[in-house]
Amino acid sequence: MAKKINSWNDLKALYKELNKDLDPKSQWIAICEGTGCRVYGCLDVSKALEGELNKQNLTKVKIVHTGCHGFCERGTLMVIHPEGIFYSRVKPEDVKEIVEKTVKNHEIIDRLVYVDPKTNSKIPYAKDIPFYKFQKRVLLSRNEEINPTLITDYIAHGGYNSLAKALFEMAPDQVIKEVKDAGLRGRGGGGFLAARKWESSRKAEGDVKYIICNADEGDPGAYMDRSIIEGNPHSVLEGMIIGAYAVGSSNGYIYIRHEYPLAMHHITEAIKQAREYGFLGENVLGSDFSFDLKISRGGGAFVAGESSALIQSIEGKVAEPKAKYVHMAEHGLYSKPTVLNNVETWANVPLIIDMGSKKYSEIGTKTSTGTKIFSLVGKINNTGLVEVPMGISLRQIIFDIGGGIKNNKKFKAVQTGGPSGGVLPEKLLDLPVDFDRLTEAGSMMGSGGMIVMDEDNCMVDVAKYFIAFLQEESCGKCVPCREGLKQMLEILEKICSGKGEMSDLDTLNDLSQLLTDGSLCGLGNSAANPVLSSLQYFRDEYETHIKDKKCPAKVCKALIKYRIIEDKCTGCHLCLKNCPSHAITGQVKKLHTIHDDKCIKCGICYDVCKFDAVIKE
Amino acid sequence: MTDLTAVDKVLQTHNHDKSMLVAILQDAQEQYRYLPKEVLTQISIKLEVPMSEIYQVVTFYKAFSLKPRGKHICSICMGTACHVRGAPLILETVKKHLDVEPGQNTKNMQFTLNTVNCVGACAVGPVVQVDNTLYGNLTSMKSIQLLKKFEKD
Repeated sequence: MAKKINSWNDLKALYKELNKDLDPKSQWIAICEGTGCRVYGCLDVSKALEGELNKQNLTKVKIVHTGCHGFCERGTLMVIHPEGIFYSRVKPEDVKEIVEKTVKNHEIIDRLVYVDPKTNSKIPYAKDIPFYKFQKRVLLSRNEEINPTLITDYIAHGGYNSLAKALFEMAPDQVIKEVKDAGLRGRGGGGFLAARKWESSRKAEGDVKYIICNADEGDPGAYMDRSIIEGNPHSVLEGMIIGAYAVGSSNGYIYIRHEYPLAMHHITEAIKQAREYGFLGENVLGSDFSFDLKISRGGGAFVAGESSALIQSIEGKVAEPKAKYVHMAEHGLYSKPTVLNNVETWANVPLIIDMGSKKYSEIGTKTSTGTKIFSLVGKINNTGLVEVPMGISLRQIIFDIGGGIKNNKKFKAVQTGGPSGGVLPEKLLDLPVDFDRLTEAGSMMGSGGMIVMDEDNCMVDVAKYFIAFLQEESCGKCVPCREGLKQMLEILEKICSGKGEMSDLDTLNDLSQLLTDGSLCGLGNSAANPVLSSLQYFRDEYETHIKDKKCPAKVCKALIKYRIIEDKCTGCHLCLKNCPSHAITGQVKKLHTIHDDKCIKCGICYDVCKFDAVIKE
Repeated sequence: MTDLTAVDKVLQTHNHDKSMLVAILQDAQEQYRYLPKEVLTQISIKLEVPMSEIYQVVTFYKAFSLKPRGKHICSICMGTACHVRGAPLILETVKKHLDVEPGQNTKNMQFTLNTVNCVGACAVGPVVQVDNTLYGNLTSMKSIQLLKKFEKD
């Protein structure tokens, strides 16, 4: 059982104790054990490394099992300190050589070093890699250094000091003022000023007030909240406890998606340890302030990420949004004053208290301060999580940090803001990324998904994808959303199957307006954005589908055919053997044929053919 | 007859608290792998919540299943990042391979096929989750090879 910390001095003493043996020259190895790297088998690498270090009697070399480092494209990631040597795509069979050469002899293994796809040069140190170099990692940097399941790792890096500072040096109003002066805007989508919500809630009458963390990260293509909770759960807890102190709340909830089992595990463990150390519970750090929180698991409904729907879900009900004139700050969970912010917003709070609002607000732009984490995914070379100061351009994110488009294809669009956002074309690449500029351009910041698309992506198909997603996830309460999305989907399906008419585009516009005007919550209000933005910037693609019955990106199945070219087919049988619908016939060493009536257009023949004999047309 | 000991225990852990309905249903489903009618009836009686309300909750959230599920649960991620990298083709192929639609079980009860709207492993998409493990960077072909590994155990 850990010793309960009863004062700021106790915390300072523990910090000192934890750092007393710290030798800046000592060797330690960070292995990324985030969800991405787990897919690549990082746990086997960890195991192999532990075994090898033991075998070689190198027990002084510490292994730190960390959360996500962000560069998921290159997993499994390993960073060898103190030099900061960065190895990627590490496999268990590489471990022996790493220990022998790098750990024992400080020799760099060429094969595991990152190669910049732009310049083809080898970059051995993490700090020099463009993916990291151009970021400003004030939130994510701790992910690379601490074991998220050990509260002592967090404390050793100065964790919970902001909480102590708030509790013992600042009055609740001062905390709110600091967050207000810092200009912190909610990272979950709307971008409302966090302090304004806190202030209303503080002023609202009531003995019981709630603090909620929205960890129901439902936007497809966004996973920064998952990575923060998995990699640094205490930063979220610390932010929430500071918020609770400012608002005057003693109860809180973390609402987390059931699709995130590892995050659930880490936050549960973090809460348990925070209680043991006295950061949660009665008399936090020996002060008069008490606060504790519970976890509420989501049931798999996108709309539950909407704040008023989320509290319904915590109450054990169906997650249906409520009208916005009921202010959560006064009538939230169980009709009590409630402050709800998302994971990234809460994680920013300790940082603001630590840095001070002045220094914090120097990061970013005047109206969008601080950094924002984006999940840079899709058709891009360096996929992963990137943290940048607000105001940086899309071009810098996609080309400098992201390393450009995969396989030298041409950039077509970037989708931001999830299903409520929109697609932005090449001509807007120099747009500074902040809350207001993205909204002006017809998209939005959302929770920070940034999905890059190339010439092989069809914009009508992408619009159809989002409308299908939203139609499925609409709770059904408001008719325009429930029925309007259904109609829009039918029209988009018609266009994608080559049966569209030009008048459909007007109908899409009309329905979009109806949705925006007639829906209660954010899901419905913004549901038309994917269609409106693609119509605005890629109208020609819609027209080609309608007038020429062609899909220029060769995605829409009804408008494409697979065919085998006579000159190139060697009759190797590979496509025939792998076709799941037995749509290919032909004798060995003779030309094969694809039968359209049986072909499901799964593309396997196209993928497996070694002679590029299969084409889409 | 379904043995109700497990659901009684779940109800007890949550102190028969009505507001914990979603959590109770989640825990009960973990015990039974789905939500049999008898279990829902028991929850309804013990919590004094009408069956209609329970049914409303169970059918609203995707996490719940009213039908028995196969030995392996195969969930195809349909998130945006997976979509632009070819998830629809994978879904099509897996549907054909297993001969089921999403939400259904294979005849031999070896698999349940599901779709999921983003598991948050976007950087390694397209992603398929089998039981609790994620598999990334898949193609139609690789997804079939993956499922073949689970066909016999």
